Amino acid sequence: MGSGKSKKMVKSMQYKMLSLICFVLIIVFWCIASYGHLVQEVFLPSPTAVISKLLSMAKDGSLWANCRESIARVMIGWIWSVIVALPMGMLMANSKRFSAFVQPIIEFARYLPVVALVPLTLLYLGIEETQKYTIIFLGTFFQLVLMVADTVSNVDANMINAAKTLGAKRFQIYKEVIFPAALPGLIDDFRLTIGWAWTYLVVAEMVAASNGLGFMILRSQRYLATDTIFAGLIMIGLIGLVTDWIFRIISRIAAPWQERLGDSR
Amino acid sequence: MKKLTEEENGGRAVRLQVRDLGKVFGEGDQSVTALRDVNLEIRESEFVMIVGPSGCGKTTLINIIGGLEKQTSGEVLLDGKPISGAGADRGMVFQGYSLFPWLTVQKNVEFGLKMKGIPAPHRESAAKKYIRLVGLDGFENALPKQLSGGMKQRVAIARTLANEPEILLMDEPFGALDAQTRVVMQELLANIRRKTNTTILFITHDIDEAVLLGDRVYVMSRRPGSVRAVLDVELPGERSHNSLVLPEFLRIKKQIMDMLWQESNDAAMDR
Ligand SMILES: Nc1ncnc2c1ncn2[C@@H]1O[C@H](COP(=O)(O)OP(=O)(O)O)[C@@H](O)[C@H]1O
Ligand SMILES: [Mg+2]
Repeated sequence: MGSGKSKKMVKSMQYKMLSLICFVLIIVFWCIASYGHLVQEVFLPSPTAVISKLLSMAKDGSLWANCRESIARVMIGWIWSVIVALPMGMLMANSKRFSAFVQPIIEFARYLPVVALVPLTLLYLGIEETQKYTIIFLGTFFQLVLMVADTVSNVDANMINAAKTLGAKRFQIYKEVIFPAALPGLIDDFRLTIGWAWTYLVVAEMVAASNGLGFMILRSQRYLATDTIFAGLIMIGLIGLVTDWIFRIISRIAAPWQERLGDSR
Repeated sequence: MKKLTEEENGGRAVRLQVRDLGKVFGEGDQSVTALRDVNLEIRESEFVMIVGPSGCGKTTLINIIGGLEKQTSGEVLLDGKPISGAGADRGMVFQGYSLFPWLTVQKNVEFGLKMKGIPAPHRESAAKKYIRLVGLDGFENALPKQLSGGMKQRVAIARTLANEPEILLMDEPFGALDAQTRVVMQELLANIRRKTNTTILFITHDIDEAVLLGDRVYVMSRRPGSVRAVLDVELPGERSHNSLVLPEFLRIKKQIMDMLWQESNDAAMDR
């Protein structure tokens, strides 16, 4: 057992090393291409230029302000999407009638490109923050509700039957069985959708925004400020990494009972 | 079916009655008749076995009794009253354990009591009692993923017994276990039954298991399943692995084997 555990540690260290090597390689290529003058500065800023840009934006506070705006927009839009999609998806999974009622419209809406809805949202909601949240909501909700329904309907029917014969009533089955059983899958669904929320953030900040990381990137294009574009992209990527990491921790805390791959080995 | 007199049934009340039960899945050309005119009777504290070839409708039958499925015809009476839906009065144990993986052994066993709204201290002590009964003391805080198949099934049994059901319904509960563990579990169940006097309806396709555990064995025909024969099992002494070689045991086993052999033979002729 002890040796099995340490073997697993070695394996996990190896994987971490591989991930790191990938990042290092990309940075090395970047350095070669940029310091070796293989690519023009306008197209590919040097690492030092990007870092000094990041530092100067951090110093004047604009970096944090833009991050804060964008994170707030993503979070609020996404949370709304979760609040509506969670009960709706659970209901869809457990009621054929409700599913028949809403499924077609959701499937329809799911294929509408969010960019095409921007003019309408501007018309209805103006350029207020609500418009940004709505874009993010529209981009994530229809996918999320179907994912939730799928995750919930994959809960082992035998477990639900066991609960019924143990005297659980309808609401108790939802609360005590379906929700906890689906939780790890749901957390995973949430993790994926928050990633998409960042995609739609840029859509939302493309028009009628005066701050945020997406706005920062778009405005920089006009001035050919590629160093700022890179700085913005790196920030979004880093925030994404941190978000993913937080979700993994939440999953581990919320569902420590899960049999993870490699546990049984 | 003829009515049994008080004397014939040993003075014990009839707990569960299945009358002319039928089940058809689907409609029209696609329909499958799983059960036809099934009649059973289980008296208080009886241990009744059902054996039958696989696919003859055993699971369908027990699911209807448990209220997880609806019959197409006939009725199921518990203490003389027709059942409606699933309920804690009919506890079920499944082949696949169906434990809640996020709950510890203790919390799994408490589950039914929690659903009933019994306060935590009472729940805890009741669960402890049944965990001890199935021989799992010391594992209260373990999670299902840490247990072997046999131990998981012990938890499932304790979880169902903690609810103190009128009748315990078991659908091939030891079917997934290896031969040694199965014998241990059979003895454990015989023991629990002696201690608690629980009324048990147990489904199996293992003839040894049927004769070893049952006071009475219903032999089912191939699909559409109906009752082909009812055999009383009287073995001297307490039931244990030693019973497996008693002459009485072997005689009854042979009888059932012949019937099931004939069923599968007829089934082959049908095709
Ligand atoms: N939900 C269902 N829909 C259609 N047919 C079913 C369904 N459940 C069971 N059956 C059929 O009913 C028959 C009896 O099944 P089952 O009760 O599981 O048998 P057993 O438990 O004796 O092996 C089988 O032929 C099976 O294919
Ligand atoms: Mg079966």
